[in-house]
Amino acid sequence: MTRLSPLFRETMRSALIGGAAALLLALVGMVESFRERFIISGWFNVGQVLFLVPIWYAIYTTLRRFPEENRKNTLLAAFVGGAVGSFPLVLLLLLGSVINLRAMFVNASPMLYRILTFNQGLGLGIFLLIFVAALFGLTAGAMLQLPQRWRRALIQGLIWVFVVGLMRDLILTVTNRWGPLAPIFRSIFATNGLTPVGGILLFLIITGLSYRRQQKNASPKKPLDSKARWIVLAGVALVFIFLPQILGLYFSEILDNVMMYILMGLGLNIVVGYAGLLDLGYVAFFAIGAYTTGVLTSPELNAQPLTYWQALPFAMLISMISGVILGLPVLKLRGDYLAIVTLGFGEIVRLLVLSDWLRPWLGGTQGIQLIAQPQIGNLVLKSQVQLYYLFLVGVATVVFIAWRLKDSHIGRSWMALREDEDVARAMGINHVTTKLLAFATGALFSGIAGTIFAAKLTSVYPHSMNFLVSINVLALIILGGMGSIPGVFVGALVLIGAPELLREFAEYRYLVYGALLVAMMIYRPEGLWPEARRRLELHEEEEGPATDALSPSPTE
Amino acid sequence: MAILVIRNVSKRFGGLQALSKINVDVEKESIHSIIGPNGAGKTTLFNCITGFYVPDEGDIIFDGHNITGLPTDRVVYHGIARTYQNIRLFKNMTAIENILVGMHPHLHSGLLGGILRNPRTQREEREAIEEARRLLQLVNLQGRGDILAKNLPYGEQRRLEIARALASKPKMLLLDEPSAGMNPKEMQELMHFIRHLRDSLGLTILLIEHHMRLVMGISERITVLDFGEKIAEGTPKEIQSNPRVIEAYLGRGAASGLGVQAQTAA
Repeated sequence: MTRLSPLFRETMRSALIGGAAALLLALVGMVESFRERFIISGWFNVGQVLFLVPIWYAIYTTLRRFPEENRKNTLLAAFVGGAVGSFPLVLLLLLGSVINLRAMFVNASPMLYRILTFNQGLGLGIFLLIFVAALFGLTAGAMLQLPQRWRRALIQGLIWVFVVGLMRDLILTVTNRWGPLAPIFRSIFATNGLTPVGGILLFLIITGLSYRRQQKNASPKKPLDSKARWIVLAGVALVFIFLPQILGLYFSEILDNVMMYILMGLGLNIVVGYAGLLDLGYVAFFAIGAYTTGVLTSPELNAQPLTYWQALPFAMLISMISGVILGLPVLKLRGDYLAIVTLGFGEIVRLLVLSDWLRPWLGGTQGIQLIAQPQIGNLVLKSQVQLYYLFLVGVATVVFIAWRLKDSHIGRSWMALREDEDVARAMGINHVTTKLLAFATGALFSGIAGTIFAAKLTSVYPHSMNFLVSINVLALIILGGMGSIPGVFVGALVLIGAPELLREFAEYRYLVYGALLVAMMIYRPEGLWPEARRRLELHEEEEGPATDALSPSPTE
Repeated sequence: MAILVIRNVSKRFGGLQALSKINVDVEKESIHSIIGPNGAGKTTLFNCITGFYVPDEGDIIFDGHNITGLPTDRVVYHGIARTYQNIRLFKNMTAIENILVGMHPHLHSGLLGGILRNPRTQREEREAIEEARRLLQLVNLQGRGDILAKNLPYGEQRRLEIARALASKPKMLLLDEPSAGMNPKEMQELMHFIRHLRDSLGLTILLIEHHMRLVMGISERITVLDFGEKIAEGTPKEIQSNPRVIEAYLGRGAASGLGVQAQTAA
């Protein structure tokens, strides 16, 4: 054999790339960290998923490019590709057995080797690894032989098993409150992940459902009419109102955190998503909101401390004004330049609150303690659940405002500026006031998030106002979909909620963020829940243009 | 009566004299074309009129107001609207939203109105959408209003841009190469459409065009620019036989031969 056919060559090449990705995940320590997280109890853990799925995915996507190849060749290429894909890991095992790699790669531990060799020792282990990888490759090839409908159903089934297995704790905590239904859920879970029987059952159910659903969905989805939309909206509102009861106390902390980021995300969404002004110093307004509340209500710094509610309007006002102050010098800047200047603004605010110079007023590194908590009548909102409702009121108000503005005259002006500033100005839009309005509105929402944050902790510290907060908020609106309100919720759940649920992720949070954002930009640049423009010309209830043309016009 | 008076307008970019001492009078409710070879300064003149550029010297008087150096976002309030050589729609907004943005000078609801949707805002919004639908119909885009501008075919984008310009209810419309990329039949339709606009809305139309058939068929007056200078002005007939124009288009020496031909043909 002198030359390999393109099918084999390409498959092996991308399998090697997949293998290299697997090697990376192993060496940064993810495979080892996740070894205790089982999907199927005792059988399959997330660590294994992490080093096998990259190889599988590489083979799957490559083989898809060769639909004409015959079945025998495809399966053979898949099998061989899988084996080849394991070579980077095999190389690691061989090297690791000869020299100590830990000096350079701290995560190349004996434990990692045991995971990669399935606990079978070096010789048999390497053979097993190659064999398992090859089998995995084979399944990728086999999957492509199925009709598309089955393929989609199978993939859905696998994803669901993975997610449900991963979310075992969350699902059990929630379903434990469901009375008669609780035992059903308990029975499919082991102490760690799904039981093998539960996993298979879940897989079969989801695959079957998904297969049937695709049949039904052959006809295109009709948009909801206004009545159905109200019902959906009311349902969502009810879920949010009872969320702490549904999820239980254990998750309130996470929930509060997610809500705080939603609040900030909604604000930044106006600045970046609607008006297209890339603001990397967004945390500044959060800090300003939090510190204003602190300074005004803490008896430490203030002889006549205000209550939370008295301080709130001041905090809102000052946030808005600082939004305008940031806006003024950057009016003429666009794109990258704007991003750099706003980034600087964020740092300036952080360094100011940290400085010794302002220490008598802002507390310096010690921050501010004894911040007042909001009080309604005799009830002081201090538990996480109570504060959740404060967040909820904030989020509901802000969603309403953002939603109304989106389809208003102002919202359209923001978008026009985003799309083409010169032309928007030629339409009569004053870029100064319009941009400042965007900055002020965004700053206001972030400031509100800051005040609730201050009240929640009853203290603020400069270190919680770091640059990464801005990046998190920006990442979540990019992930959710620029300019999309539901996208902010989805983005916050995925980027803020999920890492809190999966403690092991915390360490690799930014690695996963980065990978996720790169993948998003390639496969789904519009975001997970992209913004949809409202239909203005033809409303859903009205008839389409086709029927219009048929009806006789009165002038004829 | 001239609605637009351009007096001694000059504009220089570094070492390049883009416009030098241009004088043009555009009659009210006329169709006036500006022609000239590439780089003659036609679009620069448009940009000076609409406030994209500030002229180095000279005055631009529109409808009795001196609008020289006025910021772009004020010019439209005097009743000037334009289209662009390379289509510049708001790509990620729907067709009808593009028109609604064009209506900006006539919409007054602010931030609070937008949030609260008080009756006044609602009425304004309803009327604006009604008007936008009418404009869609005018440019023959009915039923296409909810499509994102970037997803419209080229010809429809051109028409949408005109509709957006009309949305500000201008007195004068500046069209920058509206026929670019059109086939002869479409060009014929465009010609009728421009005339129809002038006749039905009483608009003054200032046109930059390259297609001579369109220019000659539609214009009442033509101004010819070359290297930033006005080299001729007159009726289509006068321009066709002007030796300096022919020279500018075909090069030095061509005028002697072709000028005679044009004259005999006329």
